[in-house]
Amino acid sequence: MVERATHGQHISAQFNAELEAIRNDLLEMGGKVEHQIELAADALINGDSGPADEAIAADRDINRMEMDIDEQCVRIIARRQPAASDLRLVISIAKVATDLERIGDEASRIAQVATQMASQQVTDPVELRSRRVARHVIGMLHQALDAFARLSVDSAVNVVLSDSDINDDYKRGLLELQLAMRNDPDHIDQYMDRIWALRSLERIGDHACNIAEQVVYLVRGVDVRHTDSEGLRQLLN
Amino acid sequence: MQDRDALILASAYRSQRDRVAPSLRVRDLSLSYPGARHALQDINLDIAAGGVTSVIGPSGCGKSTLLRCFNRMNDTIEGCRYNGSIELGDTNILTPATDVTLLRRRVGMVFQRPNPFPKSIFDNVAYGPRIGGLRRKRQLDEVVESALRAAALWDEVKDRLTDSAMSLSMGQQQRLIIARAIAVDPEVLLLDEPASSLDPISTLKIEELIYELKHSYTILIVTHNMQQAARVSDWTAFMNAGKVVEFDTTDRIFTNPARQATEDYITGRYG
Repeated sequence: MVERATHGQHISAQFNAELEAIRNDLLEMGGKVEHQIELAADALINGDSGPADEAIAADRDINRMEMDIDEQCVRIIARRQPAASDLRLVISIAKVATDLERIGDEASRIAQVATQMASQQVTDPVELRSRRVARHVIGMLHQALDAFARLSVDSAVNVVLSDSDINDDYKRGLLELQLAMRNDPDHIDQYMDRIWALRSLERIGDHACNIAEQVVYLVRGVDVRHTDSEGLRQLLN
Repeated sequence: MQDRDALILASAYRSQRDRVAPSLRVRDLSLSYPGARHALQDINLDIAAGGVTSVIGPSGCGKSTLLRCFNRMNDTIEGCRYNGSIELGDTNILTPATDVTLLRRRVGMVFQRPNPFPKSIFDNVAYGPRIGGLRRKRQLDEVVESALRAAALWDEVKDRLTDSAMSLSMGQQQRLIIARAIAVDPEVLLLDEPASSLDPISTLKIEELIYELKHSYTILIVTHNMQQAARVSDWTAFMNAGKVVEFDTTDRIFTNPARQATEDYITGRYG
C-alpha cells in the first residue's frame, strides 16, 4: 500500500491536470457547502431569514457542481482507466461529491424550517442543544474536508469517532421534544419543525463521517465503513 | 532556388508553434483495389484542425487504408481506385494533378515499428530537410534540435547526436521517427499504430508527445488499442467493414455512443 499517494507525477501531464481539476472542484464544492451550513445554522439559531434565503439559493450551485464532478469522474474512468491510488481518488471524489450534495439538501431543509420557526411563538426546548450540534457538525465537515485535502487518516478517523457525541445529543434532543409535545399538544407542528432541523443536523454529521471514511479508503485502500470504534482507533498513528 | 526553399523551410519550422494546422474534409470517399472491391465505402469525415482524431475498429475494417489515403500511400497498390474527395485546407488531394511528393511533405507518416535509417541520430532527423535543400550547418542544427525537442527526445540524445540511431531503445527510436517526420515541417501527422511495439512506459511517452504535438499539427492515429484512442484523441471514428459507423467526440464515443455497434465494439462484445 502506498501510504501517501501522489496524483501529480504521471507521464501524461494532461492526466495530472484532470485529476488535479476534479480534486480542486471537489474542495471548492466543499467550501461552498460549509458556507451554506453556516448560513442555515445562523438562520436557525438567530431566526434570521436573510441567511436562510441565501442558503436555499446556494443549493442550486451545489447540485450543479455535483453533476459536473460526476461527469468529470465518468470521463476520466472511460478515457484514462485509472488504477490503484488514481482509481481510489476518482471513486472517492464521486462518493464525497454525493455526500456534499446531500449535506447541501439538509442545509437547505434547515434553512426552510428556520424560516418557518422565525414566526413561531413556542419556547424552543432544544435551542442550546441545536446550537451545540450545529457547531459540532460544521467542525466535523471542516475537519473531514481538511483530512481529504491533506490525505490525513488520523484526522479522518477522529471525525468518525466524534459522531457518537452527535448521535447522543440527537437522541436526547428527541426525548426533550417528545416531552414538550406531550405537555403542549397544541403546538405539535412547531415541535416537529425542531425535530426536522435537529435530524438534518444529525444527518450532516453522518455525511461528514462518510467523507472521512472515504479519506481512509483513498489513502490506505481500506474500507472502514461499518467498522467499530476499536477498529477505527487501530488506524491511528 | 534551393536556398530560398531552405530558408522558407527553416522559417516555417521556427513559426510552426504559432501556425494554424489545416482541417481535412473527406467527402463520399470510396476505395477499391483488386481483391477488395469496397475497401472503403462512402466515407464522410470532418477532421478538426489542430486536434487528434483516432480511428478504431476491428482488423481489416479499413482504418489503415483510410489513413493511407491522406498521403496517397495507397497509390503504390496496383489497380487501386478512388472516388470522392479529401480536402486538405482548400485542395482536393485525390486529383491526378496532386504533387504526391509535396503532399507527403505536408502529410507526414509514422508507422507501427520504428524504421530509423542506419545513420546517426542527427542524420536521421536532418535527412528530410537536406533533401528539401537545407544545407547550411547552423540551420540544420537548428531544425534538428527543434524537431528533437518537439519529439521530447532532445534531453536524452543531445550529447550523442553522432551515435547510430540503432543504439536507441525502441521507444526512443519511435520518437526519433516522429522527430524525423516533423523536421520537414508537415501540417498533418498520420500515426499508424505508433506505440503497438513499445513497452507501457514508452507508450505513455508517445501518447504524451501526441498530446503536445496536437497544438501544432492535425493528427490522425489508427490504433487497435481502444484505451489509447480514449486517452489521446479529441475525436474518434469507429469503422467496420470499410464504413465509418460512428464519428463523434472521444468523450461521447467512450461514455455514451449513439450506435449499438460502437457500444458493442468498445465494450468488447464483438470484434
